[in-house]
Amino acid sequence: MAAKQKEKRVLLQGNEACVEGAIAAGMRFFAGYPITPSTEVAEQAAIRLPQVGGRFIQMEDEIAAMAAIIGGSAAGVKSMTATSGPGFSLKQENLGYAAFAEVPCVLINVQRSGPSTGLPTSPSQGDIMQARWGTHGDHPVIALAPATVEECYHLTIRCFNLSEKYRMPVFLMTDEIIGHLREGIVIPDPKTLKIENRKINKKIPPFAVPKGEIAPQSAPFGQGQRYNITGLVHREDGFPTNSTTIAGELCTRLMKKIEDNVDDIIEYEERHLEDAEVIVIAYGGTTRAATKAIELARAKGKKAGLFRPITIWPFPAKRIQEIAKKAKKFVVAEHNYGQLVHEIRLATKDAVPIEFLGKVDGTIIMPNEIEELI
Amino acid sequence: MNRQEMRFTGSGGQGIILASVILAEAALIAGHTAVQSQTYGPEARGGVCKAEVIICEGDIGFTKVVKPTFLLALTQSSLDRYSKGVDKDCIIIADSSLVAPKGYNIVSKPIIQTAKEKIGKAFVSNIVALGAINAHLKLVPPDVLKEAVLKYVPKGTDEINTKALEAGAAL
Amino acid sequence: MASPIIKKYIREGTLPHIWCGGCGHGIIMRNLAVAIENLGIDRDKVCLVSGIGCSSRIAGYMDFNTLHTTHGRAVAFATGVKVANPDMTVIVAAGDGDISAIGGNHLIHAARRNIDLTVIVMNNDIYGMTGGQFSPTTPMGDLATTAPYGNVDRPFDIAKLSVGAGATYAAKGSAYHVKDTTKFIQEGIAHKGFAIIDCVSSCPTYYGRKNKKGGAVEMMELQKKNFVPERLLERLEPEWIEEYDKTIRAMKGGK
Repeated sequence: MAAKQKEKRVLLQGNEACVEGAIAAGMRFFAGYPITPSTEVAEQAAIRLPQVGGRFIQMEDEIAAMAAIIGGSAAGVKSMTATSGPGFSLKQENLGYAAFAEVPCVLINVQRSGPSTGLPTSPSQGDIMQARWGTHGDHPVIALAPATVEECYHLTIRCFNLSEKYRMPVFLMTDEIIGHLREGIVIPDPKTLKIENRKINKKIPPFAVPKGEIAPQSAPFGQGQRYNITGLVHREDGFPTNSTTIAGELCTRLMKKIEDNVDDIIEYEERHLEDAEVIVIAYGGTTRAATKAIELARAKGKKAGLFRPITIWPFPAKRIQEIAKKAKKFVVAEHNYGQLVHEIRLATKDAVPIEFLGKVDGTIIMPNEIEELI
Repeated sequence: MNRQEMRFTGSGGQGIILASVILAEAALIAGHTAVQSQTYGPEARGGVCKAEVIICEGDIGFTKVVKPTFLLALTQSSLDRYSKGVDKDCIIIADSSLVAPKGYNIVSKPIIQTAKEKIGKAFVSNIVALGAINAHLKLVPPDVLKEAVLKYVPKGTDEINTKALEAGAAL
Repeated sequence: MASPIIKKYIREGTLPHIWCGGCGHGIIMRNLAVAIENLGIDRDKVCLVSGIGCSSRIAGYMDFNTLHTTHGRAVAFATGVKVANPDMTVIVAAGDGDISAIGGNHLIHAARRNIDLTVIVMNNDIYGMTGGQFSPTTPMGDLATTAPYGNVDRPFDIAKLSVGAGATYAAKGSAYHVKDTTKFIQEGIAHKGFAIIDCVSSCPTYYGRKNKKGGAVEMMELQKKNFVPERLLERLEPEWIEEYDKTIRAMKGGK
């Protein structure tokens, strides 16, 4: 702790920290479209990318921005976009494409109050279920939620690492609270960062997954493999097929990429769970109100603890089941009408009573509101 | 340092948000922990504008102001709105052109007048205010605040902003 | 027997193609192959991007780096490929509905940017894949399954639309006029900037049958009789990546 205090901290906004993390992860292409409250991500990318030899483009709409980063990644450059609310809705079709065609890319979703245009400048966590089920058809999803500006930096790097490793789009589900917060963060020495790059093997079919591997190993366009990428059901060689057998196998393989590797993907934070009777479950922008609430409750002698999913999707159901055994009560706080709480109910099957605190008026959940339920 | 929960209020265009960012930066340089946030929206376009800074030692925890220890108000409407309900020991620095509501710990300072008349540019009111706040609360060493100011103000305005900062400190 | 050009540029394993007998798309595909051959571009450095519809299947058939994307979005995907890897020759093949209805916004903005892409429109005046609905290029009065009493929409002229939006190369070709169309495609690819070649194709199955235009041969005769290939514009203007990279160089980006 003492050593950490001495490190030089820079004041960054959450949205800016996402860009710094992305650049550290190797992002060299950003396609965006202005939308509150994510706009600073695009603005920072526009400033920073040419400085590191990358390119930024402002596209004509949200759909085009998503399409462009898939194209950029297919050409071998780590690519990212950012959006909020309505823009996330518009990007869903191409997100499904990226998941099905197994093109790595990262999307920063700075959640704002909805539905529709809603309260554009107010925080929300209303896109949690859309992140899981927003695009049509069954598809794998990875989504992470930062609780600090420093985590915006590190989790964006992790988004890129996961997207490269699993060859799929990965979401950073941040929100207006964290996105617009300025906080001092330590920018680590790039040499200390663990950066993953997609594995490449041109000798096997582009969508074949070698035994013991997680994802296909096709080369980026332009390196001599000359294969086909499509959103149609496709064979290992990338060409479309109407085979129902292949359709079933492909969809299953994509879902299994996640199901078989949940321990690798899932990350969470726990505080005071050793003796906690009441466990507060919060994530992203709600976390710090929860932490404060627990501190206040503990000061009054109540045994409260925190469980914070950092990985939202896949949902850490197994760990929730374990902690439910010891708890007398869960308090779940979200800036929505109840989204992740459904997963918690599904996982615990009424094994533990759940008090839900949801807010949909665009105001921030305050520590005392959570404390009252502990 | 005790935890400082600070609100900066005024109207859009007064540089309230920039002042709050600069103070957060200065606190960081001085080795404290700091966060800054602000209200966005129609309010940020000419209406009442609000920014928050929390400064403390160690972990900041919850990032929004719950119980203000300090309030800066540069307009009457922001003073009226945000002074309501603050503790008696919350220090309020208000521009001296404003009518101070009774029963609060209000320090009136001619911030806008100083910017206009002494410096000759109304737009440096925010920097004058920063000088005044830091002189009153002694949050960071003056040279650290100057360093932070110069990091954020546009190139070519170093001199005028340094003057504004010093004039504010002398109020 | 397949000609050497077909052997080289067509992925034989993906044949037979899905296009109906008499469809003009196959001819335009061959023109593209000949254009690339004439230009001597390495296939490894060619990226062919398509959207959705009959035309889009070209991506599966041609032996390049091929990206078969979502409906209307091919130009936006292609923009990403080109910006990420400017060394590649990036070509979009699209149908009339794909490029000018659902994808119209991407078309005009890519033209406005003058980014170095070549768009080949396989324009058959109809939505063929979904069974004969009118498109933005169906002439007024013509019949389609969604215009059962005659089309009341006015049609787009896609090449002129693109010129209006800022394209710096534009031409109109047809499936019948093989030589001219191949030349236009070749010029479009060689052109530095946004190029569009709007090619009249033919859909005897839906458009022809609905509108009593006859079969494949009669529809080709109509192209021969009524259509004049034309280069509308060829002009050099600042290209998007060249302009952007001036900033990178000024900042010594990445160095």
